[in-house]
Amino acid sequence: MPGMVLDFLQALAAGLLVGGTYGLMCVGLGIIFGVMRVVNFAHGDFMMLGMYSAFYLVSWLGLMALFGPYAGPVVGALLAGPIVFLLGWFLHRHLIARATGARVAGAEGEGHYTQIILTLGVSLILQNGGLIVFGSLPTSIQTPMSRESWELGSVFINQARTISFVISVILALALYWFLARSHLGKTLRAAADNPIAAAYVGVDVDRSHRLAFGLGVGITAIGGGLIATTQAFQPYIGFDFVIVMFAGVVLGGLGSILGAFWGGLLIGVVQQMSTLVLPYQLQNTAIFVVFLLIIFFWPRGMFGKTWERT
Amino acid sequence: MITSPRRQLVAIATFAVVYLLLGMAVRNSYYQLMMTLVLIWASMGLSWNVLSGYSGLISFGQAAFFGLGGYTMTIAFVKFGITPWIGIPMGCVVGVVAGVVIGLPTFRLRGHYFGLSMLAYPLAMLYIFEWLGYQEVSLPMKRENPAMFAQFQDPRMYMVLAMGLLVVCMLISLKVERSRFGRQLLAIKQNEPAAEAAGIDTWRQKMYAIMLSGGMAAAAGGMYANVLLVVTPQSMFGMLVSAQALIFSLFGGVGTFWGPVIGSAVLVPLSEILHGELGHIVPGIQGVVYGVAVVVIILLAPEGIYWKVRDKLAERRAGKSAGQGASSAAPAGPVAARALSTLPDDASSAPSAAAATARSAALAVAKPLLTLDHVSLAFGGLKAVDNVSFSVKAGAIHGIIGPNGAGKTTMFNVINGFLPPASGEIRFEGESLAGLKPHQVCRRGIGRTFQVVRAFPRMTVLENVITGAYAGAATDEQARALALNALARVGLAGAQADAIAGGLTTKQLRLMELARALAPKPRLLLLDETFAGLAHDAIEDLLEIIRQVNREGVTVLIIEHTMQAMVKLADEFGVLNHGSLLASGPPAEVVRNPAVIEAYLGKKWMAHAENSVA
Repeated sequence: MPGMVLDFLQALAAGLLVGGTYGLMCVGLGIIFGVMRVVNFAHGDFMMLGMYSAFYLVSWLGLMALFGPYAGPVVGALLAGPIVFLLGWFLHRHLIARATGARVAGAEGEGHYTQIILTLGVSLILQNGGLIVFGSLPTSIQTPMSRESWELGSVFINQARTISFVISVILALALYWFLARSHLGKTLRAAADNPIAAAYVGVDVDRSHRLAFGLGVGITAIGGGLIATTQAFQPYIGFDFVIVMFAGVVLGGLGSILGAFWGGLLIGVVQQMSTLVLPYQLQNTAIFVVFLLIIFFWPRGMFGKTWERT
Repeated sequence: MITSPRRQLVAIATFAVVYLLLGMAVRNSYYQLMMTLVLIWASMGLSWNVLSGYSGLISFGQAAFFGLGGYTMTIAFVKFGITPWIGIPMGCVVGVVAGVVIGLPTFRLRGHYFGLSMLAYPLAMLYIFEWLGYQEVSLPMKRENPAMFAQFQDPRMYMVLAMGLLVVCMLISLKVERSRFGRQLLAIKQNEPAAEAAGIDTWRQKMYAIMLSGGMAAAAGGMYANVLLVVTPQSMFGMLVSAQALIFSLFGGVGTFWGPVIGSAVLVPLSEILHGELGHIVPGIQGVVYGVAVVVIILLAPEGIYWKVRDKLAERRAGKSAGQGASSAAPAGPVAARALSTLPDDASSAPSAAAATARSAALAVAKPLLTLDHVSLAFGGLKAVDNVSFSVKAGAIHGIIGPNGAGKTTMFNVINGFLPPASGEIRFEGESLAGLKPHQVCRRGIGRTFQVVRAFPRMTVLENVITGAYAGAATDEQARALALNALARVGLAGAQADAIAGGLTTKQLRLMELARALAPKPRLLLLDETFAGLAHDAIEDLLEIIRQVNREGVTVLIIEHTMQAMVKLADEFGVLNHGSLLASGPPAEVVRNPAVIEAYLGKKWMAHAENSVA
């Protein structure tokens, strides 16, 4: 196979695998930004907390010895979810709820700014608090499969990324099913779509928003825990990923859970493919440019359901 | 904003002199540096305030300009030996150009999309500068003739330089606050569609703001690099830079030039001292301080310290003067009186038959002022306006009724330029309005009000109306005169003109919006459900005011979903349903049109309508 084609396939494979996990993280943000319309600036920092939670769970609890080198890190990532869920739930209860939900249902625009600025503050506290607690040295979850690959034809497929991909797809589908079918899922969507109407039909809007917020950051934290097996991270990693995630959600279309997944997948592919033509350091710049292009030319995304009203 | 400009100038001068005297007395070079940084960050905060504080478009990417300014100056110095005296102004030019380049695409976005994309610019630049190999660039020390290169033995000289920059930024901000430009930005912040409909070219004003802001931030970046003698992508383009600009302004006070100065003067020393004392144990303490500051301030005093203190002082003063008499914001007494004096005995009946005949005879020969010719617009599959054609005769009061969702407001949005029609043409005084933006439509002579009143809630009634009057005035005095005249026409003159719009009753708000639309002397007035939410007698007052305005030569196109008021008011009248025009003609004919009765009004209305017309 000619080298260029091989490079292309290699980048495509890497993009799809990474993209699957991005997709899961985008689903998490999709619940918060796409469905609840809360601009969560600190979303990347919750992901960072997911990475560190998984890291410490794996190294302190000896999950790898317990579950083996394949399942250990996955269990760590999955357990990071509930931890960050609780933190998100708590922060929403005591802080973010002051700028979202029923309280600002009537206020246009104003509510968004308060949210962005509030979550910007949370983000600064989390990442710099992370620096204090975790230190600034980049770290990663080392597993035997981080460097092992399967060979598919002549294309190398990283084992850790593949496992992450599979777990991400399963979780994203499960979440989609949960939101679409279950009673709780319907309640959450009702509270997000129209807080006032939901309150009239007896939905506890504040509780629903709290749950949805916790769920969103928890899901993204699991994605972070999965990514951490192949990517070094430090407390400041959140800002790079927050753009990746917003790009994925907007690309997929606000309000669509599966759309967010596809959006994240595509962003992963763009990121990995960009290394074919751009220097490695400009990977993220490529994503930012793609993000800007998407919101300029395609603000409704692929599966957007709602109109932005004038 | 009440204090006179001269007093503000004195205050700025006093601040600068006292600060520099204090700075001269400080011997510790660390504190000297800190005092210099306070000034630079205050300038940076002012740059943010010019864009986001006045116009309300929150910029999370102020670091883009700061970094470009710093790197321009540094690269000019290191690569080409250009002195910072020239390098910093060069950086300013780059900042202004960057403002244009960033503003052109980004101002198409609204709300949170704008904020998010502003975030992406500096982060993208950060990686580009890393990739270009500018990880850490130091300014060379000049041993000979250092002053030529803005380098000084005495660190206090840097403080003087930084104070120079800050004073310039403060003067610019003061000028903006007091200018028509600043007031237009405030109007955009409080209600952008209303600003656009009131004749303000919102896009152009925002472009000016981002250019000015970019230049100021770039100057601050250049000064910062000159003081610290080293630039890194993280220190110039990092998120913390953008965040600091925003946080200092929010903390100190948004929309006033004292805000960023207060914010910087409190938070920079606080975080620097904590960093100095504890930085080796807790490395991220600065960021945590800023994070906590912004969370606390947004929860407790979202407008910032300056306004909080001002409100408290005003409260105390108001407390003292209370009990002296009635409040100034009395209900709309004069309107009622005026309306009564001009009304015929039976106010609720239609004009007398003879007058009505004369009027319809005159209108029969009048030329059309506004013509809609097969105008259509669809949202996806929904035909909001479906092949609508009609014309409004000069001097007439033309009514359009239709149930909610019939496409009435959409039709107005098409007429005044918020939405482009998918097909068809709209002509005003014989000229096509195709492709005109709302502010241009306004300047052609079409004023409008909104279904939900779009006031500028933090301005006084007079200021609201002045903002509308700009479209028809060359100078501030002229605008003021037009505004006062319009207020008198709707009966809101006197004490009510100085009331804050946020505290008005629905009726007063409607009148104010009417005055704002009337102020630039439009020839056509579009009224969108002006009677919604008003009590019966308030409707009667308003009816008479509209008739009076019409008698003074303004043609009126009014939409309503209720029949009663319209039958009394309109000379001619159309029924809109599912986006298409069912019927049009004189009210008496239209209400008897069987299609209209069948499709929309229902049988019980027939008798009712006949009674009120006959």
